[in-house]
Order: sequence, then C-alpha cells, then structure tokens
Amino acid sequence: MNKADYKDVYVFVEQRDGKIQSVALELLGKARVLADALNEKVVAFYPGYKNTENAKELIAWGADKVVVMDAPELEHYLTEQYSQAMSQAIDKYKPSIVLLGATTIGRDLGPRLASRLATGLTADCTGLDISEERELLMTRPAFGGNLMATIMCTEHRPQMSTVRPGVMQKGTKDESRVGEIENFAPVFDASKFKVKLVESVKENKGKVDITEAKILVSGGRGVGNPEGFAKLQALADVIGAQVSSSRAMVDAGVMPHEVQVGQTGKTVRPALYMACGISGAIQHLAGMEESDFIIAINKDKFAPIFGVADVGIVGDVHKIVPMLTEKLSKMIVKK
Amino acid sequence: MNIVVCVKQVPDTTVVKIDPVKHTLIRDGVPSIMNPDDKGGLELALQLKEKCGANVTVITMGPPQADLVLREAFAMGADRAILLTSRAFAGADTLATSNALAGALRAIPYDLIITGRQAIDGDTAQVGPEMAEHLALPQVSYVVDCEYKGGNNFRVKKETEDGYEILDVEGPAVFTVLASGYKARYMSVGGIVDAFDREVEIWTEANLDLDPGKLGLKGSPTKVMKAFTKATKAAGQVYEVDAEQAVDVIISKMKEKFII
Repeated sequence: MNKADYKDVYVFVEQRDGKIQSVALELLGKARVLADALNEKVVAFYPGYKNTENAKELIAWGADKVVVMDAPELEHYLTEQYSQAMSQAIDKYKPSIVLLGATTIGRDLGPRLASRLATGLTADCTGLDISEERELLMTRPAFGGNLMATIMCTEHRPQMSTVRPGVMQKGTKDESRVGEIENFAPVFDASKFKVKLVESVKENKGKVDITEAKILVSGGRGVGNPEGFAKLQALADVIGAQVSSSRAMVDAGVMPHEVQVGQTGKTVRPALYMACGISGAIQHLAGMEESDFIIAINKDKFAPIFGVADVGIVGDVHKIVPMLTEKLSKMIVKK
Repeated sequence: MNIVVCVKQVPDTTVVKIDPVKHTLIRDGVPSIMNPDDKGGLELALQLKEKCGANVTVITMGPPQADLVLREAFAMGADRAILLTSRAFAGADTLATSNALAGALRAIPYDLIITGRQAIDGDTAQVGPEMAEHLALPQVSYVVDCEYKGGNNFRVKKETEDGYEILDVEGPAVFTVLASGYKARYMSVGGIVDAFDREVEIWTEANLDLDPGKLGLKGSPTKVMKAFTKATKAAGQVYEVDAEQAVDVIISKMKEKFII
C-alpha cells in the first residue's frame, strides 16, 4: 500500500427506502471542513436502487462529486451486498478517509469493510480533525464516556470512522454548488449472499426522532413511573417539545429505548434540554451536554447534572412540572 | 450443533468514577463482569442447546483473571471453555482482536458463532463483524431473537432504529446479540460448585491458525495517541427556591432564550 495513492474525503451516504438519512448530510458538513483543511475533495458514495434522482442534493450539501451505485441488490441494506459494492468502490477510488454514520447500518457495514480492506476503523467519533502531518485525528469516548481517546491510523488506508447521528453539524445547503455525478457498477458475487430479508417493520412511524427535536423534556429516576412521564408529556405538549428519557427509566421498562439519551442511547443537541429528575450519570451527560441550553430540576443539590446545567433548580419535579405547565399554558393561550 | 460464544470480561463502567483532582479513572474497587451483551449471547446459545441440543463452547481473550467469566459461563451451562491469553495479544485494537479470535475459531468446530453486539468498556461493536469477515461467514448484528429452522438455517430478528427486520440466514454464521433480547439466567448452585473443578483450556498464539504479525500492537492499524478526561463546562446558576419561584425562574430563562 502506498499512502500517496489515497486521497480525498469520502462519505458513505445512507438511504432507507430511498430517503437520504440526515446523518449523511452531517457527515458531508464535517467532510467539507476536513477536505478544505487538506485541500482535497469531498466525495459521496451513494449506493441504492433507482437513487440517481436525489444525488444532486448531496452536491448542494457539500460534495464535489457523487459516486452513484444503482443496483437492485442495493435497494435495502444487507451486509454482504453493501460490503461488495463499497469495497470495490474503495479499491477503485482509493479514498484517504471514509466516514460512515454510527447507525445500525453503519456499525454493521463499517467493521465488515475495515476487515475486508485490512485497515483501521474508529467507532462513534465525536471529534474529527486533521493533524499537522495531514493525518486524521479521531476522538471518541471510552469507558462508558468516562474518558476521551484520540486515535490515529497512520500506516493504513483508508482511515475509517463512524460518527453518531446528531454529533456533527450540517453545512449550509447551496443549490447553486456545482459538482460531478458519476456511476459505478459493482460486480456482485451472489454465491456469497447467505442472508435474505423476509420483512422490514417500522414500529414508530409518525413519531419524531428525539435527535431532531428542538426542545426535549427528559425524565429520569426522579420521575419514576408512567404517571410521572404523563406530567412531562403535558409540559411537552404545551411548549411543542418531545419527551426523552434516561437509561434508568428505559431499563425499568417505563420508556422505550428509542427515546433514551446517553452513551447507549442517542446523542442529542436541542435548543433546550430540560432534565427532570435526572441525576446526570456520566453516560447520560455524554448524550446531552452539547445541548444549547440546559435546565435541570432535581431534589439532590449535589446531583452531577447541575455541573452541566445552565440553570439548576433544586426541587421536586412532581410539584414544579405541573405548575410550570399550568402557567405556561395560560401564557401561551393569552398570546 | 456446535455453538461458540465469544465473551469479554469488562470493568462495570456504570460504577467507574473520575478522580475530580487528577482527572484520571478510578478503577479501584470497580468489579469485573461478563459483558452484558455477551451474556445475552450466551443465553441465546444455552436456549438453543435446550431446544435442539448443542455443544456450547465459550471463548475469551484477556488476562489470566478473565478465567472468572469462563467459570461463570460453566455455571450457567457452557460445555467447554477456552482462555486466549498471551503477551502477544496485548495492545490489540478491534482488528487484531478479531484476527486472534478468528484464528482460534478456525481450530474449533462450529455451526454458529454468537457474540454480544458491543462491550461496555469499548462500545465499538466492531469485533463481531470483523471476525465474521475473517472467517468469510455471513453476519447479523443487533439480534434480539433467533429461531433454529433445521439444517443450517436460522430466522433472526434484528433491531433497527425505527423497528425491526426479520432475516433468514444460511449458516454457519455470526450473530451479535443485544442484552435486551436475552435476559441471562442465573448460575445454578450445583453449577457454581462444579465450575471451579472444570478445565479452562489455556491457549496462546501457538494454538492459533494465524500469521503472528496480525496479533497485538503489531497487528493493530489504529493507535491511541492520547487519552484525556473531558473539559467540563462551567456550571450555571443553581437555585434553591420554592416551587412557585422556581417556575418563574424557568419561565424567565425560557423567554431570555426565545424558547417561548
């Protein structure tokens, strides 16, 4: 392997049911910053089926070039089909950097590819930078968010990393940006396809993804039970917020996993995060401390959540939240 | 059926704390446990053993004291245990770890390989898929349910962000399991007593079908350049006031930030 043969920053564009996932746009935003630092290009790998239509959107979001892989084998994500397509594309285009979303798809495909290409992969990065030696610096939490580690992959190419949804910022969409779109046709070896998709079921259609919410009213052990969460929901309804949860309440079966914030849940950065009855275990903080504004209500004045909150209220959520809901609903009705 | 379960001994990260002065990890008194997702994977293997008969081998790579998680696996119902331990494995990243495990697996009969989705100390979820690739086996990650359909066929349920998928798999295959799908059984009392009399096989690089250059630090493309504790942001203001005043504080702050 000659490192000099590898250049440009590539993003794996994840689509589901033909819809480009927002994490891919966030990665394009970050790839743009990295490529500008390297004075290189941003290229999007875009596998799917009948997906050429929206490829130009990726240029508006920061790509200089889109490599479209359009094949019926790539309609739905399956490990082997996607690994064959992506590894062939990487062999041909020789990227210096490949970024993937740390989704169930990216975390399945990334390691499979890295292993096939015998290169390094760093999972769930929260920071990506370029060193003076033009190497990729990949920073990620370790030990359940207790420690941060900066990782490099200096002797192998491509340098690969997955990034969680919601961690990087999208760039500005610019419809006037120009770029190239080209097609790449992978050659599939169907004898290796041992996994068949029987059915794909969407369970929470219509619900808003908490990573997209502008305001989150989040509950923890201090909220305690479904009745407590009903109080949070009433407040959320008044201010147009979504309800999320700490791990404790998910483990207790009170709230579903898809609304869990934290290291083993989702990373969120809403305009307002209201932490109600959440003590603030480091695993939880890892998922929400980048929120623009944090209000915390907790009985225990020594709770670690007060260490990251902009406003801390020492008090009982069961009392304060309903009073707040009532007062706010009156104010909003008056308007 | 021969099932191999790969497990890892991990520090219980939910009780790891940071020294507030030195900003280092306090590991003293932190218990070591069997990684929860791996334990879920072992539970799946034991359920398949009960339903259709299987020989369950448990394998771990780690320091000599990782022996303890293998004893726990014995007490839960595993039939054979292998501890991969050697200085040659030290400093391994996920690729080198997956190479070592794949090297060991080539020397063991298997129809199904199961491991946890991810370990709570590293949280990478990479070792299972990387190992599957080395062995040229199909993989399904995020498995929450698995049904044996006879021959070498399995039907699995995979959790996704917005629901789930049902997949038919032709084995041998690698499944990575979520702890939420399989609640692990307790060790049996008789099992605990016996577990300490049974043999844990100790394997080193000499037992592996593998190029030694692929092991440990040498076989690791990624290197940790530095580790640090996060800079904590300055804490805001904390109010110890009655509920009515608290409500007013919150509302005035929300107005200030144009949230309402």
